[in-house]
Amino acid sequence: MRSRRFRRAALNGGGVIVALVTLIPIFWMLSTAFKPSTEIYSLTPRLLPSHPTLGNFRAVIDGSVIGMPYWTFLRNSLVVTLASVAISSVIALLAAIAVARFRFRFRATYLIMLLIVQMLPQQALVIAIFLDFKGLNLLDSLVGLIVAYTAFALPVTIWMLRNFVATVPREVEEAAAIDGAGPVRVYWKILLPLVAPGLVATSVFAFIFAWNEFVFALTFLGTDTAKYTLPLYVQYFQQKGTVDWGATMAASTLFTIPVVAFFLIVQRRISSGLVAGAVKG
Amino acid sequence: MLSTAKRAGAAPPPATPNGQWSQLPLPVRYLKNWVRRHRLAPYLLLLPSAVAIGLLLVWPAIQLGIYSFQDYGLPQVTGAAGTQWTGFGNFSTILSDPEFWSSLKLSVAFSAIVVPLTLVVGTLVGLLLNRLGRRMAAFVSTAALLAWATPAVSASVLFVWVFDPDGGLVDWVLRRLPGWLDGGAHWNGFSWTNAALPAYTVITLLVVWQSFPFIAVSVLAGLKTMPPELAESARVDGAGPWQIFWRITYPVLKPIFMVLLLLSVIWDFGVFTQVYVVIGGLGNRDEFNLGIYAYDHAFTMPPTYGLASALALILTVVLLIITVGYVRASVRQGAID
Repeated sequence: MRSRRFRRAALNGGGVIVALVTLIPIFWMLSTAFKPSTEIYSLTPRLLPSHPTLGNFRAVIDGSVIGMPYWTFLRNSLVVTLASVAISSVIALLAAIAVARFRFRFRATYLIMLLIVQMLPQQALVIAIFLDFKGLNLLDSLVGLIVAYTAFALPVTIWMLRNFVATVPREVEEAAAIDGAGPVRVYWKILLPLVAPGLVATSVFAFIFAWNEFVFALTFLGTDTAKYTLPLYVQYFQQKGTVDWGATMAASTLFTIPVVAFFLIVQRRISSGLVAGAVKG
Repeated sequence: MLSTAKRAGAAPPPATPNGQWSQLPLPVRYLKNWVRRHRLAPYLLLLPSAVAIGLLLVWPAIQLGIYSFQDYGLPQVTGAAGTQWTGFGNFSTILSDPEFWSSLKLSVAFSAIVVPLTLVVGTLVGLLLNRLGRRMAAFVSTAALLAWATPAVSASVLFVWVFDPDGGLVDWVLRRLPGWLDGGAHWNGFSWTNAALPAYTVITLLVVWQSFPFIAVSVLAGLKTMPPELAESARVDGAGPWQIFWRITYPVLKPIFMVLLLLSVIWDFGVFTQVYVVIGGLGNRDEFNLGIYAYDHAFTMPPTYGLASALALILTVVLLIITVGYVRASVRQGAID
């Protein structure tokens, strides 16, 4: 009896240690973001700010640190992310219907192709895409980023949506077809509402990918600071001689919150599928 | 009956009761018939995604292959000089470049350390989550989820700050450690990003911190599918946790571990964002891994796109070889029905 209680305590202790070690960096980010600079560079760092301040957030939002307000970069990130999520969701849904509802030649080939291209390293392809975009005048433009993010989100979103489409019973569609609805109407009125939850989940993954993406933004946006997306903006603080860590952590916090919120929304889906791994940075 | 015939594509389009079909203009009707007769619907549905993936993923990969046999630089981009084929020139330049070998060595060593470390930490946390009570498990997995959800750029900037020589948490703690733990004043203002070894120590901790949750969650999902009687009966027979893991858990979950191993190798060998941010851009050449080294050739003036493409091609081919293993493991798990 005692050994069981001891084992329970040991397990819980292990759990607490794992959780705390994992949380330390995040805690430190938040704590620094709320500290005045005298406390940030103090010789004996305190865990919690003794005089919490919103000064860092204010400096980030009105742009006194790098000369441009946070809103500029938030707007860029939102434009790029929302546009690419919307476009890739539509394209992915069409492809998912094809691979989940039809048997045709090259079906397995297409699916395997998706698995393979999903693993192509972005930092390698970016060299060729940069040269292509240069010729097409898509550098230093948010449109170029939208195009790239849309295409790179597709392999994973198609793969995920395929499973959602496959779970919708075919009989529902067939019944509608017998009632005289054409295929377009069947997909629009019957299938779409039923795969909507799946569409939300895949959109969240596409959102996180585009929101976090760094390599393409770094390469395509060059020195046009006003076009920067949030990841570039957060990293930009470091390029300036002495780093203002309070402001960096405040900017980083503002950038991180939406992703964490989305992660919590899809938490259950994450634990049920290996595809989740595709969202890694 | 009707629906079977329709799916086979043999029957003509059914006349709809309200006459909707015949209201369509003739060319549209003809096109619809044509699509149906040749069973083109799936191909039409695939077309947009195939074009996008083809143009932005497959074609650039082919271009890398083409450029790697050319002397491609600024004159070619501006049109001042034409295409110059150089055969294997770029590759022989690369193979005789000591910087290539040191960057390759860094990439290999980094994966060789980080992959097993992530897998071990992730598996242990997964096993722990499986044994914890519900509330405790929710607490631990939420903490892990936060580390996982933190974007790579945020996490990298954050780790640079935690390891900062002026005011960073780690140097402060190390200064205060007792001497037998190598603590002391020599950590005063120690810079973690000025040399390859300390920089990659930071990157190792950073990548493990960000990737162990995925392993833990995947292992946990696998453990949940195992009948608990298996481990229970082994325990009754006197097997210890070590034996239970290697004799029962591991063999049952082997396919999952296989996929996790391959994914981890692909990610860690190709790690870019974290390295770029921690080493502070393209300044310190002795801290380049293979990906950064290729990137530097393309985007540091003057650009040598041919050489960069050859390097990128080497990186891509290495990753594709591992990917083949990953695809085979996925197919064996029934990913393609």
